[in-house]
Amino acid sequence: MADSTRTATAESGAVTEQERDDELLQDAERLSSAPREEDPGEGPGPVGIGLVGWLRWFWRQLTSMRVALLLLFLLSIAAIPGSLVPQEGTSEGQFKVLEFKEQHPTLGPLYDRLGLFDVYSSAWFSAIYILLFVSLAGCILPRSWQFFQALRSRPPAAPRNLSRLPVHTTWETAVDRDEVLAAATRILKRRRFRAHLGDGAVAAEKGYLREAGNLVFHISLFGLLVAVALGHLFSASGNKLVVEGDGFANSLTQYDDFSSGPLYDDEADLDAFGFTLDDFRSAFEESGSQRGTARKFEADLTYWTGDGERTKKTTIKVNSPLKVGGTKIYLVGFGYAPVVTVRDGQGQVAYQGPVACLPQDANTTSTCVIKVPDYVDENGKKTQLGFTGTFVPTFGGATERGMVSQFPSLKFPALFLTAYRGDLGIDSGLPQNVYQLKTKNMKQFKKANGDPFAKYLLPEEKMELPGGAGTLEFTGIKEYAQFEVSEKPGKGLALASASLALLGLICSLFVQRRRVWVRATPTEGGGTVVSMAGLARSESAKIAEELADIAVELHDDAEPSRSEKE
Amino acid sequence: MFVAAEVNDNLAQISNVLMYSAMAVYTLSFLAHCMEWVFGSRSRVAVQSAALAAASRASEAAEAAKASAVSVTVATRGGGTMTLERPRVVTRSAGRPAKDGPGAAGTDQRADVLGRMAVSLTALAFVLHFGSVVARGVSVQRPPWGNMYEFSTAFSLMAVGTYLGLLLAKRPVRWLGLPVTTAVLLDLGLAVSVLYTESDQLVPALDSYWLWIHVSTAIISGAALYLGAVAAVLYLFKDRYEAARLAGRDGGRLATVWQRLPSAASLDKFAYRVNALIFPLYTFAIIAGAIWAEAAWGRYWGWDPKEIWSFVTWVGYAAYLHARATAGWKGRRAAYLALIAFACFLFNYYGVNIFITGKHSYAGV
Ligand code: HEM
Repeated sequence: MADSTRTATAESGAVTEQERDDELLQDAERLSSAPREEDPGEGPGPVGIGLVGWLRWFWRQLTSMRVALLLLFLLSIAAIPGSLVPQEGTSEGQFKVLEFKEQHPTLGPLYDRLGLFDVYSSAWFSAIYILLFVSLAGCILPRSWQFFQALRSRPPAAPRNLSRLPVHTTWETAVDRDEVLAAATRILKRRRFRAHLGDGAVAAEKGYLREAGNLVFHISLFGLLVAVALGHLFSASGNKLVVEGDGFANSLTQYDDFSSGPLYDDEADLDAFGFTLDDFRSAFEESGSQRGTARKFEADLTYWTGDGERTKKTTIKVNSPLKVGGTKIYLVGFGYAPVVTVRDGQGQVAYQGPVACLPQDANTTSTCVIKVPDYVDENGKKTQLGFTGTFVPTFGGATERGMVSQFPSLKFPALFLTAYRGDLGIDSGLPQNVYQLKTKNMKQFKKANGDPFAKYLLPEEKMELPGGAGTLEFTGIKEYAQFEVSEKPGKGLALASASLALLGLICSLFVQRRRVWVRATPTEGGGTVVSMAGLARSESAKIAEELADIAVELHDDAEPSRSEKE
Repeated sequence: MFVAAEVNDNLAQISNVLMYSAMAVYTLSFLAHCMEWVFGSRSRVAVQSAALAAASRASEAAEAAKASAVSVTVATRGGGTMTLERPRVVTRSAGRPAKDGPGAAGTDQRADVLGRMAVSLTALAFVLHFGSVVARGVSVQRPPWGNMYEFSTAFSLMAVGTYLGLLLAKRPVRWLGLPVTTAVLLDLGLAVSVLYTESDQLVPALDSYWLWIHVSTAIISGAALYLGAVAAVLYLFKDRYEAARLAGRDGGRLATVWQRLPSAASLDKFAYRVNALIFPLYTFAIIAGAIWAEAAWGRYWGWDPKEIWSFVTWVGYAAYLHARATAGWKGRRAAYLALIAFACFLFNYYGVNIFITGKHSYAGV
C-alpha cells in the first residue's frame, strides 16, 4: 500500500528530489502495517458529511495510533488513584475505606460518588479500557488482514533509482545480467528472504515475524482481558479462621466472610471438601535487629474431598497452598486463642473453649472478646455476659494503654480482661462482628471501690467476678490459622495469554523487517552494473552490515571488474 | 523451605567493608569524571553552526571509508578462505544532519587520561561492589535481594555492570560515566544510611524461588532503564542545542557540554534501543510477579500499590513505544513519555516501598 503511493509520486515527476528522498525514508518507517497517520491539521474534518460521515470520522479517530497512544496514557494515569485511596476490593480494604470515610466526612461521599474507592470497577476506568480495546480491535483486524495479504503477495518491486535509498552499493561486473540476478535470487533465498525475480531486478523481503509477533501480542491482550473478566465473574473467595483441632467444611455457612462474582452460583459451585487443622507452627527471629520477624508459618491439615470417605494429610505454607479441585486454600494469617471456662452465678459452665483473639501488632498483642449468651446470674436471673481484653504471648509489663506484647511467640502469655453484663445485642437478628463487643446495653462490673473491674491472668489462673457473679478460668492456649479459600477460574488462560503476548512482543521488538533489492543493468560494453539497496527502519543499523554481507557473497558470482571509486 | 541458616556475621561484616570501599572508589571515579568534563571544556571543539551540516557530510564519508576499510573473510569454493575487501555501502540517515560529539574529554589530552582513569576506577569499584553483594548473599545463604538495602545495592551494581558491559562491547558510551557514577553514589548513599538492614533471613512470604526470578529481572530492568532515561534526558538537551545551532543561535551557557555529547539522533536511538530491549524483560518480571502472587496470596493480580505502579510503569513504556511508531510523536514527545515512565518506575521503588503500605511491605522497608 505504502509502496504504490510512493511509486505514484515518483512517476509524477512534479516532486523534488528532496521530497522523493523523504518518501523513501518514510517508507522505511512504514515497514509494518501500522496505520499511516495524517497530520492532525490536514485531515478533512467531519463537517457537513452527515451522521454516517461523523461515525466514520469518529471510528477513524478511535482506531488511529494517536488515539491509541492517548488512551494508553490515560489508562496509566487513571490507575494511579487506586494506590493512594483505599480500595474496597479486599476485606482489609473495606475496613480502611470505612476508616477513611470516618476521618474525612466531606471528602468521603465525594470520593464515593467519583468511584475512587473502587477505581478499577468505576465507570470512568472501565470507559478508558473498553475504548482502548475497541480501538485495538479496530486496529488489529484490518492489520491482520493486510498482513495476511502481504504474505500472499510479492515483495514490492524495486524503486527506479536504488542509489536514493538509505543503504545502497553498486559495482560493475563482466558477468551476464541474468546470471547475476539468478545468483542474487539464490543467495537471498538461502538467507531466508522471500525473493522474487522481476523485470531486471530481484525484490526480497524478510522479517515477517515482526509483524506477526506484533499482531500476536495485541491479540493476546484480548485473551488477557477475557481471562480477567472470567476471573471476576466466576470467582469466589472466603476467609476462615480455624483453631488447632477444629475443622472446616466447604459450605457457605462455615465462612467468616465470603464474596463471589456475579455469575458464581454459591450453592452449586462450591467444591466439596473439608479439613481439620491438626497443628500450626510458627517461628520468629530470636535475636538481632530483625528480632520478632516471622521466619516460619506451617499448618498441618487432614483433609477430605468428595464424599469424605478417605482423608489425606498435608502441610500448607505461606508460598504453597493446598489445591483441591478448582479451589486453593492459602494460609494467610495466624493468632492465639486462649482457652477459657466461664461459670455462671450458679456455678454452671456457661462457656468453654478457645477464644480467637485478633492480632493488633507485629508482636501479636491481640484483642479478645468473649460472648456468653446463656448466662444465669447469682440471683438466678437470665441475662448475658461479655468480656473484652487483651492477650499477649510474651508479657513484658503493662503500660498506661494496657499490655503490649514483647515477642510474637508464647514465652510468657498473659490475658487481661474486663467484664460486662446485660444485652449482647445478638438476638436482634442483625449479623454481628464476633470480634467486637457492643457495650451500649451492658454494664461493666465494678470493684468494691467503684473502679471498673479488670484482671491480669496467667495460664491456670482464675478470675472471680464481683458479687459471686461467676468465674472465668484461663485453662490454656491454642494457636489458630487463618485460611483464604479461593476459586478463580481463568488463570490458565491468563498465563497462556501473557506468555503468548511476551513471545509476540519479543518477536515484534527484536525482529527487523527489511527489504533488499538487487538490480542488474547491462552496459554498452557488454558488462553489467549491479546495484543493491536495503531498507529497514531507521532504528536498525544492521541493514548496512547485512547488505554488505550479501554483496560480498554476490561478488563470488558477479566479480567486480572495476569497483566504483569516487 | 525454611532454612535455619546461621547468619555468618563475619561475611556480613566483610560485605559492609567492601561496600564502603566500593563507595570510596566510586567517589574517586565520580571526581575524575567531573574533572574530565571540566578540563575537556578547554579543548576547542570545532562545531560552528554551519559546520553541523558539513560535518554530517564528512561523517557520511567517514562512515563510507570505514565501511570500505573493513575486510571480511569468506570461504572460497575451493574450500579455503580468502580475504575480501568489503564493498562500499553508502548509508544515509534521515532528518537533521548531525555528528556525534567527541566525548567529555573533547580533544584535551589530560582530560582524556582522567576519563580513562575514571573508567578504570569504576571497574575497580564494580569489583568491590560485586564482592560485597556476593558476600552478603553467602552470609545469609539466599539471593541478596530480600530487603530494600539489598535491592538498592543490586540495582546500582546492575547499572554499573550494564554500563561497563557496553564499554567492553566497544560501544561508545563513555558519556554515561558521570551520570552512572552520580546515580550509583546517590543510590548507595541512601542504601547504607536510610535503608540499611542487618544481614538476615527472609520473611516467609519472600521465601520462594520466584524471588530469584521476579526480583532479579525487575532489578536488571530498572538498572538498564536508568541508562535509557539518562540518554533520553541528554537527548532533550542536545536536541535543543542542535536546533539552536541550526537556527544560527549559540547553544546557551552549557554549549560546551552539549557539543561534546553524541548527536541527538544517536542519543535518541540509544534510549530507544535500551527501552525496547528491556521492555520484554520488564514484562516478564511482571508476569513472574503475578505467578508468584498467585502462589503466595491467592490472586495473580489484586491492585496492590506495587502492582498498580508496575502497571502504570508498564503502560507508560507501552505508550512510549507507541509514540515512537506514531508520526508527530517521535522525538521530544516520545522522550518525555519515556521519562515519565521511568519516574513511575522510580516511584514504584522508593515511593511505594516507603510511603504506601501494601502487601509488598516487608523486611524493615
Ligand atoms: C491494550 C492496549 C495496548 C497495548 C498495551 C499496546 C502495546 C504495544 C506495545 C508494547 C508495542 C510495542 C511493540 C512493538 O513495537 O511491536 C505496540 C506496538 C504497536 N501497537 Fe499497540 N498496544 C495497545 C493498543 C494498540 C492499539 C489500540 C493500536 C491501534 C490503534 C495499536 C497499534 C500498534 C501498532 C501499529 C504497533 C506497532 C508499531 C510498530 O510498527 O512499531 N496498539 N503496542
